[in-house]
Amino acid sequence: MTSSSLSQVKTYSFWYRYKRYIIPSVLATLLLIAIIIFYRLNPAVTQAVLASTIRQSTPLILGALCGILCERAGIVNIGIEGQMLLSAWTAYMMNVWSGNLLLSVIVGALTGALLGMLLAFTSVTLKLNQIIGGTVINILALGLTGFLYQTGMTTKGKLQPIPLGGLADIPLVGPVLFNNPPITYTAIALVFLLQIYLFMTPWGLRTRSVGEHPRAADTLGINVFRTRYINTIVGGAIAGLAGAFLTLEAVGSFERGMTNGRGFVALAVMIFGKWNPIGAWLAALLFGFANAMQTQFQFMGTFDIPHQFIGIIPYVLTIIVVSGFVGRSRPPAAEGEPYEKE
Amino acid sequence: MEPNYVLETKNICKDFPGVKANVDVDIQLKTGEILAILGENGAGKTTLLNIIYGLYSQDSGEILLNGKSSPIKNPNDAIKAGIGMVHQHFMLVPVFTVLENIILGSEVLWGPFINKSKARQKIIELSNLYGLEVDPDTVVEDIPVGVQQRVEILKALYRHANILILDEPTAVLTPQETNDLFGIIKILKEQGVSIVFITHKLKEVLEIADRIIVMRRGKVVGETIPSETSEKELANMMVGREVLLQVEKGIAQPKEIVFEVKHLTVKGSSQMHTVHNVSFEVRAGEILGLAGVQGNGQTELVEAITGLRKPDEGMIILDGKTMPIQSPRVMVENGMAHIPEDRHKHGLVLPYELTDNFVLCTYYQQPYSRGAIRDEKAILENAVELIQRFDVRTPSPHSIAGNLSGGNQQKVIVGRELSRPVKIVIANQPTRGLDVGSIEYIHKTLVKMRDQGVAVLLISAELDEIMGLSDRIAVMYRGQIVATVNAADTSREEMGLLMAGLKQQQSE
Repeated sequence: MTSSSLSQVKTYSFWYRYKRYIIPSVLATLLLIAIIIFYRLNPAVTQAVLASTIRQSTPLILGALCGILCERAGIVNIGIEGQMLLSAWTAYMMNVWSGNLLLSVIVGALTGALLGMLLAFTSVTLKLNQIIGGTVINILALGLTGFLYQTGMTTKGKLQPIPLGGLADIPLVGPVLFNNPPITYTAIALVFLLQIYLFMTPWGLRTRSVGEHPRAADTLGINVFRTRYINTIVGGAIAGLAGAFLTLEAVGSFERGMTNGRGFVALAVMIFGKWNPIGAWLAALLFGFANAMQTQFQFMGTFDIPHQFIGIIPYVLTIIVVSGFVGRSRPPAAEGEPYEKE
Repeated sequence: MEPNYVLETKNICKDFPGVKANVDVDIQLKTGEILAILGENGAGKTTLLNIIYGLYSQDSGEILLNGKSSPIKNPNDAIKAGIGMVHQHFMLVPVFTVLENIILGSEVLWGPFINKSKARQKIIELSNLYGLEVDPDTVVEDIPVGVQQRVEILKALYRHANILILDEPTAVLTPQETNDLFGIIKILKEQGVSIVFITHKLKEVLEIADRIIVMRRGKVVGETIPSETSEKELANMMVGREVLLQVEKGIAQPKEIVFEVKHLTVKGSSQMHTVHNVSFEVRAGEILGLAGVQGNGQTELVEAITGLRKPDEGMIILDGKTMPIQSPRVMVENGMAHIPEDRHKHGLVLPYELTDNFVLCTYYQQPYSRGAIRDEKAILENAVELIQRFDVRTPSPHSIAGNLSGGNQQKVIVGRELSRPVKIVIANQPTRGLDVGSIEYIHKTLVKMRDQGVAVLLISAELDEIMGLSDRIAVMYRGQIVATVNAADTSREEMGLLMAGLKQQQSE
């Protein structure tokens, strides 16, 4: 019985084996051709839209990476929105106070990490419901920033784009990919770092085992509580970077509720990306693109539709994606469940 | 101290709230021997092993390894000391590959990365050495249970275990897989691995063990070797009184057809979970056994005929009436009793008191409710009566169902289902996980129902149970009934072949 089932595994057809690579490569080729055609037709707009896509996707991918780290270890984090918002505010305040941009970014990340620790404490140590823990963070951030925010403060500068030498001179690709501010570069680097971390290193393997079957991990001597704490805290720091991005890189100032649901869209991005950093990045780019198009349409005013309708494009996309357009994607099995040692 | 004991426990005690799980347990394991620990459920076997593996900490007592006192505080200590454990419910991550499951926590490294090719090579070497055939790159949820168990054993060997603890290893295996496992255990023994093997199955103990320790209510009550004992003697030691291993029953007197299933098809999530064009009938006064290796569509079939799942095609006729689809209440009111496979999920409401659990099917009827108001007195009286009649051991009728032992929970279900006027009893794995004493009781009750003229459909993965109780046996294989035979003229071997799908019945 076993030998026959083993041999069955090995006789899959070529199509079956490489299906998961063929469809994406075809799509990627089509996309590339489309971009080239548009670039020929209208270089300025194409470049603007693509550059805007990258910018818009940055907070989403950072938020999604936070979600991935937490959920792969079995912690549902719906507090990303709050982590981003409070970090955006602390980073902004640090900037106002000190004017040191690097210090401000670090303070933003630390704020996120601290909120991550709060989430870990409520859900791992206190074993509270994780949805409630996340909601607490969201309300806390909304309340604190709303209460403490004062208008009329002046910031001392914004993170500026850093062209990467000769790479930035390549037409289209250069300005879009290689002429970005530091947090955007960091976000792209983190995508690949976390992909490697999760799937090629022992710590990633252990993290995933804790999210799938914590008891199995425990019987092999893996510290479930510690793993969950570390992932949630590091995830929080990444969400904090997203907050710092909003105030220090994108806008240059703070507004009440400025995250505007990005923390929740990030969760949709995470699900769309099937809990994979690279998958989430592609999903974030898609959402970023929807946002960029929306702005572009409004800017050009070619369509005679009220701008509110164009403005809903990214949100409609979120609803479609989350309501199952993705196909079967399976969350980590133990996510949301507090682990109890016997 | 005698140095030839690789593992020894001295005066291990462990209390759980309300239960003394281990009382002064002393066991000794010699190098390269197969030690079986035999006992009923709740005898404290698993607790003892979990203490040895560092998952629980003992209240008092010590563990000695090679004669030296060695505190084991967590599984890491146990792994370092060369102890490996295969848990009853496998500790495998279903979405990981075999390789990932084996190396998890003790990865082979190349810089900061996992060195998969080296790990693969190591696993293949081990599997060749011990005859544990696995494919390192398949995903665990796609492989059969028997192979998953090999992965568990490999996990221990990969960590250089020289003491292997197996907790009820055969509970989930088919007879063929059990044979394979015993072959593996013998090879392990030849290679010098010492093995502790927990079970409550008597036949297995006599077949494989070098030495047998019997536990009852947290204490070691006896030690023997297979050549000096018998199944009967072991059963008596386990239970503490005389038990009947074989049900006594007369010849069946089947009468009219009470329950009929026609051309039932249930499309499941995969091939393992489908029922394809199944027809059978059960007569009053007979027990029809439905045999088959677990996962050949039995669960889906039973869910469909008890109204829990929507069949795609087919008809269910109970007492001459065609039953509407997916209507458990109509079926119950027409005389169906269902003892479900998973007593926690479908049999009881665990956080409810016994009183309420006893009226789950009838709470809305007289006398338990008058109009919209419950009659607490009638509900309590019913519970008191059933507790007595079905010998449920509970401190009070108001006890929470979840706090009872498995055997007593099952008696609550049996009491509830069989105290109603029923025509057909559908008993799905009625004795799974129960101890010898409770099994004996449930078997007697089913035979009694049959003799009272009730039709009984017994679904079980235990061949002995099917052969011992049934009058006729239908064998399920891959969602179909491949044969229906008379229990009296069929041998165990023949049944084994039918269950494995290696033999088809000649069409009549």
